[in-house]
Amino acid sequence: MNEKTFRAEVAGWMTEHLTGEFACLRHRGGPGDEEAFPALRKAWEQELASGGWIGLSWPEAHGGRELPLSLQLAFHEEYVRAGGPGRTGHIGETLLAPTLIALGTPEQQRRFLPGIRAGREFWCQGYSEPGAGSDLAAITTRCWQEDGVWRIQGQKVWTSLAHESEWIFVLARSTPGSVGREGLTFLLVPLAQDGIEIQPIRQMTGEAEFNAVFFDGAKTDAGCVVGAPGDGWRVAMALLGFERGASTLGQQMHFIHELQLVVDVARGNGAARDPVVRQRIADAWIGLEGLRHNATRMLSSAESSRPRPETLIYKYAWSNWHRDLGQLAMDVLGAAGDLRSDDDAVRRLQQVFFFSRADTIYAGTNEIQLNIIAERALAMPR
Amino acid sequence: MVSDKPQTGTILTMENGVLLSDEQLVLQETAASFLAEFGNARKPPSEDGELWRRLCELGWPAVQVPEEFDGLGLGAVELALLMEEMGRRLLRSPFLASVVLAQTALLHAADASARARLLPGLATGERRATLILAPGMVWAPAELPIRVRRDGAGWMLDGSALQVLDGDSADLAFVAARFDDGSAGLFEVGADAVGLERVPLSVWDETRPQSAWHFRGVRLEASGRIDTPQLLDPGLARTVAVGALHLAAEQVGGAAQCLDLSVAYTKERLQFGRPIASFQAVKHRCAEMMVKLETARSAVRGIAARVDRLDDGALQRDCAVARVLATDAYRFCAQEAVQLHGGVGFTWEYDPQLHFKRAQWGSGWFGGASAWREQVAASLLDAA
Repeated sequence: MNEKTFRAEVAGWMTEHLTGEFACLRHRGGPGDEEAFPALRKAWEQELASGGWIGLSWPEAHGGRELPLSLQLAFHEEYVRAGGPGRTGHIGETLLAPTLIALGTPEQQRRFLPGIRAGREFWCQGYSEPGAGSDLAAITTRCWQEDGVWRIQGQKVWTSLAHESEWIFVLARSTPGSVGREGLTFLLVPLAQDGIEIQPIRQMTGEAEFNAVFFDGAKTDAGCVVGAPGDGWRVAMALLGFERGASTLGQQMHFIHELQLVVDVARGNGAARDPVVRQRIADAWIGLEGLRHNATRMLSSAESSRPRPETLIYKYAWSNWHRDLGQLAMDVLGAAGDLRSDDDAVRRLQQVFFFSRADTIYAGTNEIQLNIIAERALAMPR
Repeated sequence: MVSDKPQTGTILTMENGVLLSDEQLVLQETAASFLAEFGNARKPPSEDGELWRRLCELGWPAVQVPEEFDGLGLGAVELALLMEEMGRRLLRSPFLASVVLAQTALLHAADASARARLLPGLATGERRATLILAPGMVWAPAELPIRVRRDGAGWMLDGSALQVLDGDSADLAFVAARFDDGSAGLFEVGADAVGLERVPLSVWDETRPQSAWHFRGVRLEASGRIDTPQLLDPGLARTVAVGALHLAAEQVGGAAQCLDLSVAYTKERLQFGRPIASFQAVKHRCAEMMVKLETARSAVRGIAARVDRLDDGALQRDCAVARVLATDAYRFCAQEAVQLHGGVGFTWEYDPQLHFKRAQWGSGWFGGASAWREQVAASLLDAA
């Protein structure tokens, strides 16, 4: 399919559908703004599904469209350009589904993929624990088989969108006494049950996008283990490997939008006359161009199996760029940035300022990212 | 023409990919192995002529020259690859002055007869040219140090260019000079011209020789003016921007070498009974070098792949990106290389000091990073 035609198709569909009751969702939702219209955004997921826009990367045999990376990316760009809201279903669609397609049983694929594809079932990720952050393999949540079901005991934390989800995938220790990466099992667990309690975690912004999830003898079916029991680490890592897909690269469209808001504010309030602000805005634009070129290079080498430098540096590079943008945005806003505002641009920039502090912590802190670069790309000793 | 406005651009397309072709990979490997063996940063300048002859045999000065002028007709990607490898080995040669700058000025600002007359000799490398603009290789017509006036049918040049890049080895220079009415022209001046005095300068970065050129009534024939007047301004602005891009490629190569040297050294160096490369404080410095270096490399490769298709505004913005990212990366990597080598990093014997000097050299020429940033800022903030 021709990319230009495809882009026009996406843009046309978005114009036609992101309207009426959905119009208020434009540029809303996503990290830092997850409390915006949660119910309506779920309805929007179903609208997207009806347009055939979920599962673009999945194989056709699993109900996907099997589009090449270039078109997946074109979709994400046009989606954001049109103001498409932050996705509620992205964890299921872009992380769990590819994992089930690669490592799940046919029964699991039949059971779970249609709900994700239809925008009806939402997922969250149960990896981190209070004692297992950067050192993920230190998890202590336990699981065991009992009367033909699996039971789970323990606590997960930083669970994005657990309160909006039906399911959680959980990494838990199935071999008593095991340590590290051994003896772990990857389970799919329904959240609506007596053995699970979800407590919101109020974050710096005052909102609660993350949760603590407590498991007290929670249960799930025997058929809800992905991979073999004890092989959970491999499954969990395979899932993380899907994190750098087209949707991650598509986030640069959000960055362009945010930088444009900074430019607009600076022009409006006179900050654009400050020579130091001018240098910083130019640096932000130059840095974003650097990220874009790096992402293009990642795409060009997407088929390469070896971890490449442009891929290994990417998370550190974008998260630090984004954090700097948040600071720049507030400096450009000046005293007006003190006020909680209903103005779309001001609210968005304030969210960037606060939420970008999390960007350099989640999905591998800055410090862990630098370790990864040094050890994998530069082969420096542990 | 690609006009790449930040708020509307399609941000990523596979067509802009930066995978190298097989031919480009061969060129890169050839350059890398040749320069690893013959790099002259620590050899006496008396051998530079012989090295230049070898580079010419490899055809490098002909890379970007169109085939109609006896060139290879390749593009900016190939030129940038060569610059990257040369930067890695701190090559001391007139390549930047003669190939990157003088050829580019001819291609974009000169008239047809000057191109036909001068490009073949520069493509073979038989003749070496340099370019004289405003100080620091900036295109600023009001600040040109050389003045020109009519002299009968010819021209008369006066003034001093205080820092001419590779001015001592050059056989000729293309000199941008200003008239009393504020307009400018581009002139071809032989190094042996009567009234021209060349004074070699003592420089910190000995891989980047410079001379002062004093023009005292240098008379040229009518044909000594070589520009097409309406191309002069855009052509020389483009020359500086493209020069900054290729300098950025060279800086990426230098930064890569700083990182490689640092990783190799810290893996070898034992303290507290273990390689210092195993300490996180050391690892994190190296990893940060890689982040800056690879981001700059991505930008330089991506921009080189499209530079010939960019309109003037997009070209200036793109080259600002390469310029700022690569200058910053090289300075950072050179400074970190000195630090990570510990005591020996401060010695003459180890290479980090050479890169430290080259990195500083590069941040002062072709317009400083702050000037490039201001240009970007103006395009973002001052548009109507």
